[in-house]
Amino acid sequence: MVNPSLLPAAPKVVGPRGPKPTKAISPRNIMLYGTLIVVALYYLLPLYVMVVTSLKGMPEIRVGNIFAPPLEITFQPWIKAWAEACTGLNCDGLSRGFWNSVQITVPSVIVSIAIASVNGYALANWRFKGSQIFFTILIFGSFIPYQVMLYPIVILLREIGLYGSLTGLVIVHSIFGMPILTLLFRNYFTSLPEELFKAARVDGAGFWGIYFRIMLPMSLPILVVAVILQVTGIWNDFLFGTVYTKPDIWPMTVQLNNIVNSTQGVKEYNVNMAATILTGLVPLVIYFVSGKLFVRGIAAGAVKG
Amino acid sequence: MPASRRPNQLFRNLNAKIAAIPMILTASVVFLGGTAWTVFYSFTGSKLLPKLKWVGVSQYERLWNTKRWIVSIENLAIYGICMLILSFVIGFLLAALMDQKIRFENTFRTIILYPFALSFIVTGLVWQWVLNPEFGIQGIVRSFGWESFAFDPLYNPDIAIFGVMLAALWQGSGLVMVLMLAGLRGIDQEIWKAAKIDGIPAWKTYLLIVIPMMRPVFITALVLITSGIIRVYDLVVAQTSGGPGLATEMPAKYVYDYMFRAQNLGQAFAASTMMLIAVLTVVIPWAYMEFGSKKHG
Repeated sequence: MVNPSLLPAAPKVVGPRGPKPTKAISPRNIMLYGTLIVVALYYLLPLYVMVVTSLKGMPEIRVGNIFAPPLEITFQPWIKAWAEACTGLNCDGLSRGFWNSVQITVPSVIVSIAIASVNGYALANWRFKGSQIFFTILIFGSFIPYQVMLYPIVILLREIGLYGSLTGLVIVHSIFGMPILTLLFRNYFTSLPEELFKAARVDGAGFWGIYFRIMLPMSLPILVVAVILQVTGIWNDFLFGTVYTKPDIWPMTVQLNNIVNSTQGVKEYNVNMAATILTGLVPLVIYFVSGKLFVRGIAAGAVKG
Repeated sequence: MPASRRPNQLFRNLNAKIAAIPMILTASVVFLGGTAWTVFYSFTGSKLLPKLKWVGVSQYERLWNTKRWIVSIENLAIYGICMLILSFVIGFLLAALMDQKIRFENTFRTIILYPFALSFIVTGLVWQWVLNPEFGIQGIVRSFGWESFAFDPLYNPDIAIFGVMLAALWQGSGLVMVLMLAGLRGIDQEIWKAAKIDGIPAWKTYLLIVIPMMRPVFITALVLITSGIIRVYDLVVAQTSGGPGLATEMPAKYVYDYMFRAQNLGQAFAASTMMLIAVLTVVIPWAYMEFGSKKHG
């Protein structure tokens, strides 16, 4: 892309400037970009196939191949996937799963980030005896396979009467989001200059005062990263969604899997693909909008431990 | 013990302790308590509900005598080894390509990484469709005239696991690439200049100088990929449901099925304990290497 701020200056330049440009077409470059384009095609192919299939009618799918562009574009599969596809007895399409996922994701993201940021703040600025030990357990806990903790959590939720409810699932997401988010916030708050904290202490601010007036307003960059991480993570969750909810409140991923992999009836590939895109749309939009921040989010997630 | 000093200690820094309650509960009750609970009950004959009928190690004996578990472990081993090698090779090669001061680097990175934003369910379903023998890759190659061409990982048990791998690599290799690219960018440019002056070819510089210097990145990637491999569940459920036959069954699916479908909790707990042991054999040496020398965890 051309940087527009450079354009007006261009006419003033007389004669060539800067180092001699390397030749654009050299065997090395052809190899390099050729490989990259082939690789890019491999990664783009499934997305293309999804979109193309979802825009075809079933007769066209039966005769053609999956890569051919649609001869006749129809949005019927999208409408059906959104509003009519059946899971069990409910025939109101993926819209139900979508709203369930929204109802799960929004509170989970808020609660998990609220808890983790306060935790991280306490760990960074208000260490107490034993805080480090619990933090270490928390981080190592994130490596334990979820399968080990599935059933104890079923029991815990059943004891407090939240098994099979949206609230229960929100709690589960908050628990499993805690290790990485706490680490993220702890590291961020530790990196802030300590004088800031000390000055606030001298001025008489307490634990919550410093948190709400100084730390929280300053943590916007890391908040954005945390939100990206959590929204995609929770939206894409399948395991917890199947285990801790019932069909009426299934998140979108679980419902999608049920629609596509149901054994009854004729397979409607176009509806299936439309449903698949719809489910992937939220994280994809976040990914393309957030750009570099997403990369920062996973880089932060990658250094856990 | 003077009675007046005790509350003083406990209430010092009280707000921070209150704020840390969720973390303390999660770490102690869910992570430690839950794990201990599962390990403990794996020695009981729990069926539909957990009950304290001690049966010793017979759940484990039964587990290792169950064909489905053995096949799951074999599948995981094949999948795991191939995934590890391919993730590293592909991830590193892509990162090295991206590091050649190319134009449109952002575009290429965006394209290679976008599948990572998608869930395993979406990934599995897309690849189920792309690999559909009738309409997908096999059908297309056949329609070009190569009638005997066969590539149907979803129906052929011998190669089914590679069909899953194809999807998993598509989804996850972007992450490895980003990690490796960050590692490559962290290498001092002077090293490249020095190697160039000494006349060392680029591939040799990568192999003998750059890769050894990227050890921390490789270890991070190793831990991430491995814990992802052991957990693999959603992808298989969406793409193959463990089939055809037992060809893509995985330990995590074994646990789920015995826990919530076959109503044999004892088996599920024993299987999940085995998974825990598998993860620990990777994480403990790593933690020891990373933190052991610095004397904090």
